[in-house]
Amino acid sequence: MGWNRKVLRVDLTAGTCTEEPLNMQWADEYLGSRGLATKYLVAETDPKVDPLSPDNKMIMATGPLTGTMASTGGRYTVVTKGPLTGAIACSNSGGFFGAEMKFAGWDMVIFEGKSDKPVWLYIENDKAELRDAAGLWGKSCWETEEKIKEELQDPLVRISSIGVSGENEVLYACIVNDLHRAAGRSGVGAVMGSKNLKAVAIRGTKGVSGIKDFGAFLKATSDAKKVLADNAVTGQGLPKYGTQVLMNVINEIGALPTRNHRDVQFEDASKISAEAMHEKRESDGKTHLVTNAACFGCTIACGRISEIDKTHFTVKNSPQYWGASGGLEYEAAWALGAANGVGDLEALQYANLICNEQGMDPISFGATVGAAMELYELGILTDDIIGMPAPFGSAEALAKMVEMTALGEGFGKELALGSKRLCEKYGRPELSMSVKGQEFPAYDSRGIQGMGLAYATSNRGACHLRGYTVASEVLGIPVKTDPLTTDGKPELVKAFQDATAVFDSAGICVFTSFAWTLADVQPQVAAACEGDWSMEKLNEVGERIWNMERMFNNAAGFTAKDDNLPPRLTEEPAKTGPAKGLVNGLAKMLPEYYQVRGWTPGGEPTAETRARLGL
Amino acid sequence: MTIRIAFKLFASLSDYLPSGHRGNRLELEVDEGITVAEMIRRYNVPERSAHLVLVNGHFVPPSERSRKRLAEGDELAIWPPIAGG
Ligand code: SF4
Repeated sequence: MGWNRKVLRVDLTAGTCTEEPLNMQWADEYLGSRGLATKYLVAETDPKVDPLSPDNKMIMATGPLTGTMASTGGRYTVVTKGPLTGAIACSNSGGFFGAEMKFAGWDMVIFEGKSDKPVWLYIENDKAELRDAAGLWGKSCWETEEKIKEELQDPLVRISSIGVSGENEVLYACIVNDLHRAAGRSGVGAVMGSKNLKAVAIRGTKGVSGIKDFGAFLKATSDAKKVLADNAVTGQGLPKYGTQVLMNVINEIGALPTRNHRDVQFEDASKISAEAMHEKRESDGKTHLVTNAACFGCTIACGRISEIDKTHFTVKNSPQYWGASGGLEYEAAWALGAANGVGDLEALQYANLICNEQGMDPISFGATVGAAMELYELGILTDDIIGMPAPFGSAEALAKMVEMTALGEGFGKELALGSKRLCEKYGRPELSMSVKGQEFPAYDSRGIQGMGLAYATSNRGACHLRGYTVASEVLGIPVKTDPLTTDGKPELVKAFQDATAVFDSAGICVFTSFAWTLADVQPQVAAACEGDWSMEKLNEVGERIWNMERMFNNAAGFTAKDDNLPPRLTEEPAKTGPAKGLVNGLAKMLPEYYQVRGWTPGGEPTAETRARLGL
Repeated sequence: MTIRIAFKLFASLSDYLPSGHRGNRLELEVDEGITVAEMIRRYNVPERSAHLVLVNGHFVPPSERSRKRLAEGDELAIWPPIAGG
């Protein structure tokens, strides 16, 4: 079956936990995790709901491959209406929490309403109960994990929680599980905070049963693992260098957004790269990187575990940060570094640690700092307003701002609203490097044209994980395309978007797609799940999910006008590198994309498209 | 006649850089007209590891490497198969 066929519904207003059967017709149409949870959200929630009101729902969901022996099958997603964007939010996390939910016998947990006092949810196999979180409120994610384990006297319980940032409803607060894995984007942690839900702790000992054809599943998952092991990227590149190996690549091709996208190349990129993490420090002769790490069931192990330099100004008086901890991954290193012009690796790791500790998305936080630094350079923000000088490149300002934002102090309260609201408040909305209110990740779309379209049309606001055409345009996976042209990009973006929706909904990590295509996923899903799971059907499911998300956004009030990019990317040519003189060609790609999608020129799925997809 | 170029080997390929490099970059004097493929051979970079080959940030596909000649001031950068996100 793949699915446990069981949903836990938690009514936080009433304080009740109720079991209900999984809607198997929906499972057949939307697979699981991202797709299936979004179907539930769409069916049960008014698209115009205020994301931080009790009427919004938040769903934590696994996929049919979560918790199984499929490689990377440890993923879970958090689906809700996002407060940063007002659009559908779906944030995906690895670690061990998702698998544990499956082991406890549940496919998903739906949270509704709002508790009148802080609570946490404890799930032990079939048993689920809300407990008082008075003693946890005000604590970080790390302290919360420790305290819950202590209270339960169970070191093996798996926990997802929010830190002080989520409690304070920082609009890009995330939900952290297993200390340094996070459902990171779009502010899902703020929704959790708005419901007075501090943490979810799960202990599951049932394992995963009900795989449809166990023999076939064993073969399919073993074959697929061999593909990952034999592939140079997933077998060697990612485990050794992690995602951050991209820093020098993306800088070289002139697509590394620098100083709030003023530049596309960062002179200190090499200092904050994967290679730098392998170099011995002058101060203590140690490398920054300690080891790599894997999420549940993952045979790639791209995760980074690092040790910060104890003598660095950020931590020399704070021994609690001296131990080995998660980071830096590419996106965080970019957002905290190049986006602000900060080339101090240790400062970036410090900011990253605080993001993990208190639960903030380092991408949106870092990019918001970039916007604030530009406003400072323009003389619009001053030392008085911020509380310190904050020019581009200031590691001191970065370190202070991360503390202020995480804890809701001073100017941190303004940074907590994200770059869109910050730049609007100070009269320069065009300086927010975002789409639908969510900040860009680490690729400048003047140097990687397809990403401009992927960002503009991403259903959760600017994001690389909704359609990672970088794989094709830069890395040549599955085929190399020219990053500097718009030709063929609408089809490419659509193909990536639909396929990614399937990977996400199956419960596996999208990084497998550097080696796997859908043809490697299909036999695993088909062996695990009841029903017909052909390639054709998976392709259709991916497209259905994409269109469903789009229709939710349209109903929430988004139109074709919101499929846009800031003028900096469409009017200010890149200054250096291969893309010198180029802007992003969104205007050319977008109408073509709508056509390829079967949407009206106004960006809405046509009646025919809806009928074809059963929407 | 010789020209000056920058030669950059990243990730696991940095072991193939001749001594004297700082970080992943080395400035070299090479014969005028040298091709990308000749550079790869001269520094013993295994061909299948020379996956992402860029000259001044522009991708040079395998089929063009023996034709692509380097010019004064060029930056040749090479990576093994890698990815990120
Ligand atoms: S590839 Fe990396 S992020 Fe994905 S499951 Fe494995 S360790 Fe986690």
